[in-house]
Order: sequence, then C-alpha cells, then structure tokens
Amino acid sequence: MTDLLYSEVEEALRASVRALLAARSPLPAVLRRAESGETYDTHLWHALAVELDVVGLLVPEHLGGAGASAREVAVVMEELGRAVAPVPFLGSAVVATTALVGCLPDTEADGAEDGGPAAAAAADPEIAAKLLAELARGERTAVLVVSFASRAGAVAVTVADGRLTGTVTSVADALVADVLLVLTEDGLYVVDATDPGVTVTPIVSLDLTRQLCDVTLDGAAGRLVAAAPAASAAVASALLAGSALLASEQLGVAMWCLETTVDYMKTRRQFGRVIGSYQALKHRIADVWVDVTQARAVARYAAACLADGDPDLPVAAALAQAFVGPVAVRTAEECLQLHGGIGFTWEYPIHLFLKRAKADSIAFGTASAHRAVIAGLVDLPPA
Amino acid sequence: MPDVDTVDEGAVRARVRDFLADHDPAGTDRLEFLRARFDAGLAWVHFPPGLGGLGLSRALQQAVTDEFAKVGAPDNDPRRIGIGLGMAAPTILRHGTDEQRRRYLRPLWTGEEVWCQLFSEPGAGSDLAGLATRAVPDGDGWIVNGQKVWTSSAHTAKRAILVTRTDPDVPKHQGLTYFLLDMQAPGVEVRPLRQITGEAEFNEVFLSDVRIPDGDRLGAVGDGWAVSQTTLMHERVSIGGGIVPREFGEIGIVAGLWRERPELRTHALHDQLLRGWVDAEAARITGVRLTQQLAAGQPGPEGSASKVIFARLNQQLTSLEVEMLGEEGLRHDDWTMRREAVVDFFGRTPVHRYLRAKGNSIEGGTSEILRNIIAERVLGLPTEMRVDKDVAWKDVPR
Repeated sequence: MTDLLYSEVEEALRASVRALLAARSPLPAVLRRAESGETYDTHLWHALAVELDVVGLLVPEHLGGAGASAREVAVVMEELGRAVAPVPFLGSAVVATTALVGCLPDTEADGAEDGGPAAAAAADPEIAAKLLAELARGERTAVLVVSFASRAGAVAVTVADGRLTGTVTSVADALVADVLLVLTEDGLYVVDATDPGVTVTPIVSLDLTRQLCDVTLDGAAGRLVAAAPAASAAVASALLAGSALLASEQLGVAMWCLETTVDYMKTRRQFGRVIGSYQALKHRIADVWVDVTQARAVARYAAACLADGDPDLPVAAALAQAFVGPVAVRTAEECLQLHGGIGFTWEYPIHLFLKRAKADSIAFGTASAHRAVIAGLVDLPPA
Repeated sequence: MPDVDTVDEGAVRARVRDFLADHDPAGTDRLEFLRARFDAGLAWVHFPPGLGGLGLSRALQQAVTDEFAKVGAPDNDPRRIGIGLGMAAPTILRHGTDEQRRRYLRPLWTGEEVWCQLFSEPGAGSDLAGLATRAVPDGDGWIVNGQKVWTSSAHTAKRAILVTRTDPDVPKHQGLTYFLLDMQAPGVEVRPLRQITGEAEFNEVFLSDVRIPDGDRLGAVGDGWAVSQTTLMHERVSIGGGIVPREFGEIGIVAGLWRERPELRTHALHDQLLRGWVDAEAARITGVRLTQQLAAGQPGPEGSASKVIFARLNQQLTSLEVEMLGEEGLRHDDWTMRREAVVDFFGRTPVHRYLRAKGNSIEGGTSEILRNIIAERVLGLPTEMRVDKDVAWKDVPR
C-alpha cells in the first residue's frame, strides 16, 4: 500500500517552513493583523514564494515550477495550519494551480472531444501555461472563484461577448488575488482582479486568519482558458485536491492545539499540582492524541493518493474531510476547555485555531456532505 | 548465515522455494514438515539462526508466510497458539537461557506445546504488579500457591508463562519472579470461567503446592516485573495493528447487512453506518501507517492507540448491528456454556458479537489504563499517584 510516512526530504521542507513561520509570523502578530486593514500577510507570502520557493510546488517543471508532489504540498499545509498563517496558499498554490494545470493542452485533450471543436477552438490554453509560470515565480496569485463551502463548483456567473456578470459569495483567498478564475456555462475564464467590472467585498469572517469576500462581476472582461466540459473537470479536480490537502492543514491546526495544551497541562498548577496530573484531564488529552494520530494517517493517505493519481482518491479525499475536519474541531474545542479561563480570552491564540478549525470543517463541504459522497462511492445507499 | 543487510525479499522467497523442493508439503507428515521448516530457519525469520529464524528483518516474514500459503503447505494454526507465538516466544527469546530457548521454542512454534498466560488474578487486574500468587524456594525448585484468572487456552495448554511473588517484604515490583510452568504438574487445576456470552472462553487456574524446577525460572529471582513487561509489550503490539483490507471485520458485516437487506434501512441508521464506516476506515489506515513505521524501524507510539481505537469501534459497530436488525436483534442462538478452541470476535450471532465486544476494552489492558500509558509515556504528563510504590507488598492494604 501507499507510503504513509514522511520522507527525509519532506521533513527538511517542514523544518524550513516552520523556521520561516516562527520568525516572520509569530502568533501575536497574526492576531494583530486579524484586526488590521490587511488581514493577509503579503510579506510572508513573498518569503514563501521567493526565499523558500514553495508556492510553485504543484506547477510542472517545464513551466518553472518545482514539479513536486502533493506529499510535499501537504507538509507545507500542515505547517501553515500549525501557524494559522494568513497567506493564500490553499487558494492559489493548491486550488487555482490545480485548476490551471487541468486546463493545460495535454490534459484538456479528452474534454475537448466532448465539448466539440467550436468550443475547444475558443479556449486559449497558453493563458494557463503563462499564468502557471507567473504563479510559480510568486509574481501573481490566483483564486478559483467558488464559495469556500462548495464541494462541487456551481455556476453563478453568466457570460456574453467575453463579459462576465454575476456574484459569488464567501470566496477564500480572493482578497489578495491578482487573477480570478471564474466558471461559467461556456467554460473557465481568467479575469484580472483590477478590471473595473470586478468588485471584491471583504466580509466579517468566522476565520480571522482567512478572511473571505464576496466577488461581484459586472461586465468584467474575461479570457476563456478552458471550454466546458474540460473546465468542469478542471474545477472538479481542483476542489478534490483542495479537499484532500485541506486535511493536512486541519492536521496542523490539531497538532498545534494538542502540543500547546500538553505544555500548558505540565505547567499550570491548581490545588498544588500541575493540572496534567489529574486523571480526568489526562484521559481527555489522551483521547485527543488518539484522534490526532488517526487524523495524521488519514491526511497522509489523502495526500499520497493525490500524489500517486491513485484511483482511490475520491474515497481518500471524502474520508479526509469526513474524518480529519471533525477531529480538528474537536481537538480545538477540547484544548480550549482544558486551558480553562485563559483559553476563552482574545489575547490567547486558541480562538484563532478554533475559528480556523470550524471554518475548515465547512470548507469544500461539511463532514456529512462528504459522508454522503462516501455512501455513493462504496455502495452504501441511503434509505 | 546470510548477511542481514543483503538478504532481500526475493532471496527469502527463493529460500522457501528451495525448502519446498526438498520437503513436499503433500507428501510429508504435518508435524515433520513444521519441524523441518523450523530447523531451516523459516519459522520466524527475525529469530536467530538455530531457533527457527535467520536473524533477518521482521518485515521479511510476510513473504515467507505468503510463499508457504501459495502452495497450501500446512501451517502451525497460529490462532490456536497465539499466546505462545505472540507473548511467550518473544519473552523466552529475550530473557531465556540457551537451554530454555532450545527446549521450548521449537515445540511452541510447531504447536506441539500450546502455551497460556498466568498473569491476572482476582485481586490483581490492572494492578498486575500487586499479584499474590506465592512461590517459595524448596530445594532445587519452588513451591507455588495461588489463583490466576482470565486465562485463555488453559484447558488446552501444555505450558504456561507465570508471574509469582517470591519476596513479600519489598515493594510490589521488586518481589516478582517469572516462571515457565508445566500445566500437567500436580496441583494445577483448570476451571472454566463463564462469561456474559454464556460460553467459557477463559479459565480460572488454581495452583496448590505446585512444584517448579529452578531450571524453569525465566530471568533472575526478583526480575519478574521486567520480564513480564516484555510479554505485555508484545501483547499490545499484536492487537489492532497490521494491514487488513477495507471493510475487514465488523464494519464488513454491518456494511454487508446494509447492502443485502434494504428493508432494514432508515435515514438515522444510514448516518450511523457512514460514521462507523469512516471511523473504521480511519482506524484501518492508522494500522497500515503503524505497520509501515514498524517496518521502517520507527516504532512510534501509535501502537498504544490501536487497541483503544479497536475496542471503541468494535463496540460501536456491534451495537449498531443489533439495532439495525430490530426484532431479529432480539434473538440469539444459544446461551449454553460452550468451550470454543479458537476465539472469534466476528463469528456467531449479532448478539454474541455485541456482548463479546464488551471485553475488548478490558482484556489486555483496559482502555483506561491505556489512556494513562498514552498520557504518561507518550505525552509526558505526570504519573498517577502510587501510594503503594515504596511500601513492602505485605503491608499494602488489600
């Protein structure tokens, strides 16, 4: 079966990402930024792109990317989750990148047949190649304009004469995106975020470290990058990759909560003893550890299936969201309780992780939506 | 002797095929075949040469097992001798004298001598080190008196691993000594212990003036706790780990029932089933990862989690199965006292599975003790207060 361990290369990558985040994005700064006018950390993003060269991991080598696998990306996601880092990695380096890779000529060939020669002729796959190269260099960031809660991309935008109109709500990572990827009935369009027809409205979001926004297009100019149905396939694969790799972020969130709480339990004293000496609390944190241990295996499995193109990927990705999402939420909730009063303060960072965990559990569909997907995949039909 | 670093899976498979060329499984007596396999070092390849192994990595054993299974060669019926293979053997290998290893390991592996484990007592369950069965020196041996409980296979066993108290005047962990016991010795009495399923899978074992030669002592006098740790470590590793296919075990039974019996389906049960499926698959993948860690020589702490997970999951799913069946779940096949030779968690009726699963969170370390172990040894939290730690065993209230 698939290798579920971390390689030495992956551990080295983890160490470099962790060191950068510790130096450039300490939690007090993340909390301050959440209440500032700039909720995304563009300096940190630049450092990830230029100093560590990790934002182009999924971009093919011939386009200037690292041509790495989803395994390495998953390790980066773990670390970004562990630091609740406010960067558009998931939206740009994972989802939008996967969508664009799905629009490249060789992968588009199958879909073009179904779409007919006329539709295929209108799409310009060179746009995807050029954009991927820019993403790999960190010059631009892109976002797939779908609701963060959406498991399958719905079409909410119409197109006429290359002009796009419509509104998509609760989009993640669009706030700092230079390029919008918009799904229409005709296919996937690339829209410049600075186009006068584009309005990006930040919303007050549950997750303070990943502020969502509503995107309104009012006759914005778009270029067709993939015609339907190749576009739908590209979007589906992008959201599947998002589901699979979000589990690693959720694992990272849970890891921080567990480690921080264990440390706290070793130092906080009540009744003359450290609270970690009380069996009622030891058993609760032991259960959290058991959950996180399983979540790690499940997240690794999803990343490995994505990396290997394993036919089990749809099950692995749905399992990841049905299992790891709730584990991250439960872990954050348990850890808040085990901290007592300080865990309920604004100053202490647990709430950032609770908010991230809860928001992530809805992202790409809820656990119950993913259980319904599993039901279809493994032949367990509803009543 | 082959060099450990250069023997790969292909070489091991070739070795098995060479062995099979010389020992036709169809034309050889079963026992002779198994003995020859042991002598060829193909019993358990990670054991040392001369003791049924080749001193190779444990990871290569699966290839050996596969090669023998491929030709339908007789095996040693591992489920019947699980305690010997999983617990007695590694303990004897680690702590035994050369003579003890030579005497006991071969008939243990071939199944000629079934082993059982005489550890738990009515007064010593989770607190095993508090056990009261006394062994006192007598000439060139020992005289043992006491009572053991929850002993599976005692009624079929030829031999037992046994922990006794040899010094009541020191704190509990220091006064223990480990023995290898002949179950046919005078004074050993085995009585069935009936359980909530109606059957008697386990036994009570009464030891009355049983004589054990000093040559059957395993480890030094007073070292019984350290020796028994080897046994217990292997017990927990053998539960819950390993690589199994998707829907193996109880989830396969429940999922199969769902597929075959549409009339049983309700929306509420569907959600429970899917939650169970997700949990079972997560547990399965965790077991795969644990196995990969062990094979890669990174014995991670995940092992402690496996048994806690399995117990909870099996209880949850067997409960769901009975509920799913509704009226049929009210019926059972038989409450009479049976004495099954092999334990089958997934056999018989849904009611049997539901009830048997209750033992999963008690046997081999309760889930509560395992949570203590996780909290203390994995997470590094303070140990439980131990009021009896520095007190002579005889002075501890009981």
